Amino acid sequence: MKYSIYSLVRNAFSYHENWPRAWRSPEPKSEYDVVIIGGGGHGLATAYYLAKNHGITNVAVLEKGYIGGGNTGRNTTIVRSNYYLDPNAHFYEHSLKLWEGLSADLNYNVMYSPRGVLNLAHSYADLDAYSRRGNAMRLNGIDAEFLTREEVARMVPLLDCSPHARYPIIGGLLQRRGGTARHDAVAWGYARGADARGVDIIQQCEVTGLRRNGNRIEGIDTTRGYVRAKKIGLAVSGHSGHVAGMAGVRLPIETHVLQALVSEPVKPILDTVVTSGAVHFYVSQSDKGELVLGGDLDMYNSYGQRSNLPPVEHAVQSLLALFPCFSRLRMLRTWGGVMDMSMDGSPIIGKTPLDNFYIDCGWCYGGFKATPASGWCFAHTIAHDQPHALNAAYTLDRYGLGRTIDERGGGPYPWVH
Amino acid sequence: MMLLPCPYCGPRDVTEFTYGGDDGTVRPGDPQAVSDARWVSYVYIRDNPRGPHDELWQHSAGCRRWIRVRRDTLTHQVLSSAPAAQPVQP
Repeated sequence: MKYSIYSLVRNAFSYHENWPRAWRSPEPKSEYDVVIIGGGGHGLATAYYLAKNHGITNVAVLEKGYIGGGNTGRNTTIVRSNYYLDPNAHFYEHSLKLWEGLSADLNYNVMYSPRGVLNLAHSYADLDAYSRRGNAMRLNGIDAEFLTREEVARMVPLLDCSPHARYPIIGGLLQRRGGTARHDAVAWGYARGADARGVDIIQQCEVTGLRRNGNRIEGIDTTRGYVRAKKIGLAVSGHSGHVAGMAGVRLPIETHVLQALVSEPVKPILDTVVTSGAVHFYVSQSDKGELVLGGDLDMYNSYGQRSNLPPVEHAVQSLLALFPCFSRLRMLRTWGGVMDMSMDGSPIIGKTPLDNFYIDCGWCYGGFKATPASGWCFAHTIAHDQPHALNAAYTLDRYGLGRTIDERGGGPYPWVH
Repeated sequence: MMLLPCPYCGPRDVTEFTYGGDDGTVRPGDPQAVSDARWVSYVYIRDNPRGPHDELWQHSAGCRRWIRVRRDTLTHQVLSSAPAAQPVQP
């Protein structure tokens, strides 16, 4: 059913009790053309674009829990394309363009809100780096504006812009088209769109083994039985190394926990996303009124999808240093998600040494904003057995070829990216 | 807060330590004699287990010694800790 003002009115007469389910809950078939492991935003988007762009509809998405219950439901919902290096700039800009039309494309409101993403500069080195990045973005056709200290103070009056601030603010880089989107709606919208085109979304179905025969994977053992597949795509974020290991594929990935927290809800007070690279901190206000904030990784390998205090303390200290007015807000909820940190801080979308096994991983902190383009490019890679132009640089073998895409220049220490 | 048992100082808060990464990678000997694949594997590829993991830590706000810790990456339970066997090049 198409969602519209007419369907809303029609269902109002039956007190909204007869809306059809947004997607089916089928039993797994014994064989599919393509099986996507992982029912988060990336996996569901991949299934959607496989069906929509490439006409491949005999597809299953296997999800061990419920769709969108992993990192899709744990991120801080920020979307942006403010990258310096060309491959990242083009890929994330394609993603942002898809975000701009996504609600109409999916017929599902993903609540994309271009409220701007502001990076604060605290030092002259920051100013230089942001001018360089802003200029690179504009040369790539992406919007970027450089703000002076006065312009930052006018745009976000709550910030402590005084010269005596703990982290003095001397300028900023603004991407106005950046902003936020509703994370759950992205998973649900893609699931509904994929399901309507014939994709089977199978929840409560954990992959327990990959049956390898020579250079191919013939099928997948799951908690709901054995499924054969002609092609298999892996989109499981923090568990990429774990699942790829079942096929004997080792990845340049380490898994680290990243935390976020929200305050109690308050009236609208912060109408943009504020980030600080020097302090390692970002904050925005959700549509429900909660301040959503986060910062560093825990900085050691972890699959523990839970929160603990040191990073929470860091995030709250950073918040109060930048916004002293929030000192009496109470924090409502903290949580953690596990990140697939790659060795250069950039993602991997492409083929593996196995013939029919494809991976989409290495999203580090930034998987949510990439969701549409990730699905777009991964679907193309699986359908054509070769990458799309936008993910041609994101190969698994780039590390050995000296073609790393290291935005930060951090080297192979994944927890510093 | 996670406590790491420093073999020199006893149990201390994790915030006193700096993480040094996977201790499972062994630096190949003569760089001229090593194949590209072996070198790439040493620099970039990790086991990344969900479970027991051997890793290096430096007690940077304490005795400043490097230690090796065996820790479960899912439960965060520390299984053992010992002085690092040889000088560490993180």
